[in-house]
Amino acid sequence: MADNDKILDPEKDPNVSTISDFPDEIPNELPHQSWVLRNHSKLERNAFLLLVFSLIVVSIGGIVQIVPLFYLDNTIEEVDGMRPYSPLELAGRNIYVREGCYVCHSQMIRVMRDEVQRYGHYSLAAESMYDHPFQWGSKRTGPDLARIGGRYSDDWHRAHFENPRDLVPESIMPAYPWLARTPINSENIEAVMRANRASGVPYTDEMLAEARADFRTQADPDTGDVDALLARYPKAQARNFDGAPGESELDAVIAYLQMLGTLVDFSTFEPDASR
Amino acid sequence: MIDAAKIAALGILTLLFAIAANWGTDPVYRFHAFLLALLSAGLFIWSIRRAGGQDRYAIDGPRPESGYNDDVVRAGVIATTLWGVVGFLAGTYVAFQLAFPLLNWDLPWTSFGRLRPLHTSAVIFAFGGNALIATSFYIVQRTCAAPLWGGRNLAWFVFWGYQLFIVLAATGYVLGSTQSKEYAEPEWYVDLWLTIVWVAYLAIYLGTIVKRREPHIYVANWFFLAFIVTIAMLHVVNNIAIPVSIWSSQSVILFPGVQGAMVQWWYGHNAVGFFLTAGFLGMMYYFIPKQAERPVYSYKLSIIHFWALIFLYIWAGPHHLHYTALPDWAQVLGMVMSIILWMPSWGGMINGLMTLQGAWDKLRTDPVLRMLVVSVGFYGMATFEGPMMSIRSVNSLSHYTDWTIGHVHSGALGWNGMITFGALYYLVPRLWNRERLYSISLVSWHFWLATIGIVLYAASMWVTGIMEGLMWREVDAQGFLVNSFADTVAAKFPMYVVRALGGALFLTGALIMAYNLWKTAVGAGETASARPVPAE
Repeated sequence: MADNDKILDPEKDPNVSTISDFPDEIPNELPHQSWVLRNHSKLERNAFLLLVFSLIVVSIGGIVQIVPLFYLDNTIEEVDGMRPYSPLELAGRNIYVREGCYVCHSQMIRVMRDEVQRYGHYSLAAESMYDHPFQWGSKRTGPDLARIGGRYSDDWHRAHFENPRDLVPESIMPAYPWLARTPINSENIEAVMRANRASGVPYTDEMLAEARADFRTQADPDTGDVDALLARYPKAQARNFDGAPGESELDAVIAYLQMLGTLVDFSTFEPDASR
Repeated sequence: MIDAAKIAALGILTLLFAIAANWGTDPVYRFHAFLLALLSAGLFIWSIRRAGGQDRYAIDGPRPESGYNDDVVRAGVIATTLWGVVGFLAGTYVAFQLAFPLLNWDLPWTSFGRLRPLHTSAVIFAFGGNALIATSFYIVQRTCAAPLWGGRNLAWFVFWGYQLFIVLAATGYVLGSTQSKEYAEPEWYVDLWLTIVWVAYLAIYLGTIVKRREPHIYVANWFFLAFIVTIAMLHVVNNIAIPVSIWSSQSVILFPGVQGAMVQWWYGHNAVGFFLTAGFLGMMYYFIPKQAERPVYSYKLSIIHFWALIFLYIWAGPHHLHYTALPDWAQVLGMVMSIILWMPSWGGMINGLMTLQGAWDKLRTDPVLRMLVVSVGFYGMATFEGPMMSIRSVNSLSHYTDWTIGHVHSGALGWNGMITFGALYYLVPRLWNRERLYSISLVSWHFWLATIGIVLYAASMWVTGIMEGLMWREVDAQGFLVNSFADTVAAKFPMYVVRALGGALFLTGALIMAYNLWKTAVGAGETASARPVPAE
């Protein structure tokens, strides 16, 4: 340690300078004349006080902005039609998250004329009330997907995931050919639903018990009870999304995309002016 | 006795990780458990070999009690340089991917959606985080005239623990493990690990300040302390999640939809505000006065802008959510506070720049000082642009576009990058006990490559951002949209190439810096008489 004498001398480091340090210059510390400066020097001399004060000061903004969102009634609109994701849709959503789709696609149509014209009705807070976490995104390198459901056929999605440029020559989206090739199994889905329930998503015991059956039925309607699936998850679409036997990751992703933005019944929706 | 306990603990840990590697329900979890099992097995064997022996200070001489702990700072400087190059390389690569989608190679591990978090985390947390840890450890010891509290092992724990966090996060992204919360992508067990490391960091920092031999706590330390404690708060609240199982890498974030969005951007904007601003202002308050050899311009201003900055930054989150489903009251509150934030931000800029009064001539001859000053200039520019973009009507055009990306990069490349480069150039000769840098002219090369790179980056993103914002909303006389989304993508292509080239210039500059720092550290710049002559 003796080899760095040059840097061991605290005198050479900046400190609060006084008039005696720079007699010909303006010092950065004037004598403590004001009440604020006199008292502030207490904070400057006590590390714990400085820490506690800083923590209080940085806590205020978050408390004011976040806490009311949990109790104000008008934060989430009252709408008809919202329900938790079906097991297959939830699995598709997990793949959407895994591949980082949110990095380029928003799921939030803003209340602006051009956006409503391009993408459909502006997004409601209610539409992401079962999203843990939300997928609003922050960037539109690709278009918004909040209401992508039903806009394109399953065939279109299949071809698009295989190579986006076959359908949209200008596209810069990566191809996702492995989705169609990767089988998906439902072993894990009940545990994922349980964790969602623990976070506040109202999955019933019945939904959990039938999770694996529903998963299969939705991707392969011939094998199960579609009516029971629809009773549990109204408006769920059950068909062979990837057009191939068995369940692949592509089944789940397309099932998820095809339901996005389709649940809320806008014929009964009235905007809340107080929001 | 301590050796025995350590060996036993490491043995049990190895076993637990091996069990986890076996029982894990997904490949990422199993891979990470396997990695940790190998690591703890290695430490286990190493501990056995060293057990009962003398530590190296006992052989070399008495353990230094009063000396500063610079070993960990040296390691931090190396890690900063290394991760910087990795982060810039990843950024340049993803920039080329956006121009030429072929570069995604149709493989999961190389697709943009997985590499983009790798780039942002490598730059913010690996490069920026190591820079903050290294410089804060250097600065706190000197401004407090005290060695790091907690001894050498605790400081090494923070350093290596942080590197482990980076490796777990980065490998997780590539293998598809993410919470999908921007700048908070790592999964639950990586978050828990970072929390432990961060608490140790806070303990060292606070302990060193408590033990200081100076009456005052120097300004730089206020900023570092506020940064460390606020990041702890943000990290813990934002990452509250319920793991699917303890054998699974997957978790479900507690806060849903609109509340979740508010919490995320409360975190996200203050990752910028505290990690990339308050912490780096701490660096500014040390390195600029030192390199310019002038005292800080105004002590009063530093008090005012410190408290105003840390109070106001926290409110700015909702400006990421204008015109969304977040209630209007929160949006307007966020906008107003963001605009007010302009003033304390510029308070820091003024205090940094005016510190040069009486020393402006040094800018002509000292490229290191030039780098530090330009970084403060970029800071001022970015903190003007930010409040402007947070105005709702401006944001309606800029949001979701490349303008935001350009804004972030003039801050990240210009402010965080440049001030870190300046700090590294300042630190390496002193830490390796060299008279001066290997080459001043290479510093000039780095300076100009980086500056031109940033200008290309920011300018091209202004063009594409404003262009696509206008194209999205363009309507014809009948009120119909004029452009399809694909039209806007095609129109951006030339500017995407320019942006990628700007990134390549910035990366080249960083490689030159790495070479220059390496040559400095090994002593290549020393005069012939001081250099040992190899025996022939």
